[in-house]
Amino acid sequence: MRAYTPKDNVQAKSYYTDRFWVAPQVAKSQVSDDAVFTADLAAIKAKFDVLDAYVQVEQMVVVINAADNYAVLELLKNECEYTQLSEMSAIDWLATEGKFEIFYQMLSMTKRKRVRIKCKIDENEAIQSVEKLFRSADWSEREMYDMFGVVVNNHPFMKRILMPDDWEGFPLRKTYPLQGDEFAAWYEVDKIFGKEAREIIGPENRDPARIDRYDTQRFSRLGHEVPFGTDISQGEPDTPLVYQEQEGVFMVEKFDAEKSVVISDRQR
Amino acid sequence: MAQHQVNYLKDGGLPVALTTIDKVVNWGRSNSIWALTYGLACCGIEMMASGASRYDFDRFGTIFRASPRQAELMVVAGTLTKKHAEFIRRLYDQMTEPKWVISMGSCANTGGMFNTYATVQGVDRVIPVDLYLPGCAPRPETLQYAVMMLQQKIRKEPASRSQKPKRLM
Repeated sequence: MRAYTPKDNVQAKSYYTDRFWVAPQVAKSQVSDDAVFTADLAAIKAKFDVLDAYVQVEQMVVVINAADNYAVLELLKNECEYTQLSEMSAIDWLATEGKFEIFYQMLSMTKRKRVRIKCKIDENEAIQSVEKLFRSADWSEREMYDMFGVVVNNHPFMKRILMPDDWEGFPLRKTYPLQGDEFAAWYEVDKIFGKEAREIIGPENRDPARIDRYDTQRFSRLGHEVPFGTDISQGEPDTPLVYQEQEGVFMVEKFDAEKSVVISDRQR
Repeated sequence: MAQHQVNYLKDGGLPVALTTIDKVVNWGRSNSIWALTYGLACCGIEMMASGASRYDFDRFGTIFRASPRQAELMVVAGTLTKKHAEFIRRLYDQMTEPKWVISMGSCANTGGMFNTYATVQGVDRVIPVDLYLPGCAPRPETLQYAVMMLQQKIRKEPASRSQKPKRLM
């Protein structure tokens, strides 16, 4: 258990950090404990360098060199019966290691086992596409490029998939601010009206909870509506909610409950 | 030859009604607000419910159209992403004058809970908005009330050909 640290001043700071906090790790076990994984790992080790291998949550994790990714997946698909690539993407470790981690999540329906292949690449390094082996990698690799900026070689259609084509920056990198950088903040204004419209439209309001009681340009009080821009620091008049103008509407009759007929006899 | 006695001076006797052009035109406009289907997210479900039989928008003359050329009201129902912003502006420009915009729900009003890089923080950054509906999502009654408020707004405006320019740009 961690030692207690006083948290009185937590609210004053934007976030709370504990210098001695260690992220909990899922327990690892030996590959040799599982006969199926042992055979699979031996098949990989026979041809390729394996940097690390362990079992975590009943899944074997194999760390390989990035250059071998296509050949290893081909081996797993053709000889080890891992016929599905259920998921693949990247993890941003640029801050701590200066590298991206690429992972491929493989599934064997016959063995009922999952294997995760991991490899690491530098920031400006490209990785080989596995789209020829698994069609599911097509969009996953495009998303990986879109979100992390990891370039994939030999991909048939290397293009952004979620963000607009003219977007700058890669949003899932840890260095990308959640509320967007300068480019993202003005994207729609620049694109539709041009950069000269920035002054007219103004910056984004990133505090949607902000309410100014006396601002009648951006807010109104229900039941106390006033014309746009009126000064209400001296109080505002009551304007009761009405569904129709008091004097009536041209060619539209108000519903009068007195004149209406209620049909009680359904057989009439 | 009318067999019955007609008193032309009593109400409904003469087939003539005296009024102004403004009132006639605004009567037509306010009772035939054709809306562009613009469901972007979950508010679109409430908008569809407003159009369906229980809440029945047709009795207001509000009929959803799939083409901006036939629509004069745009109900922006849902989250507007930055990628989609240029398309909403293009569709707004394609609508014929006079045209109105209802911003439905928190996301369309201010970006709502999506305080992120990919969401437009209020559709009024892109198109001029006439009415803002609070809620997440607003109930169909809220949208109905908004349409009735819009009818009141239309009736107040002069029906002349040149519309007052809206505030954005």
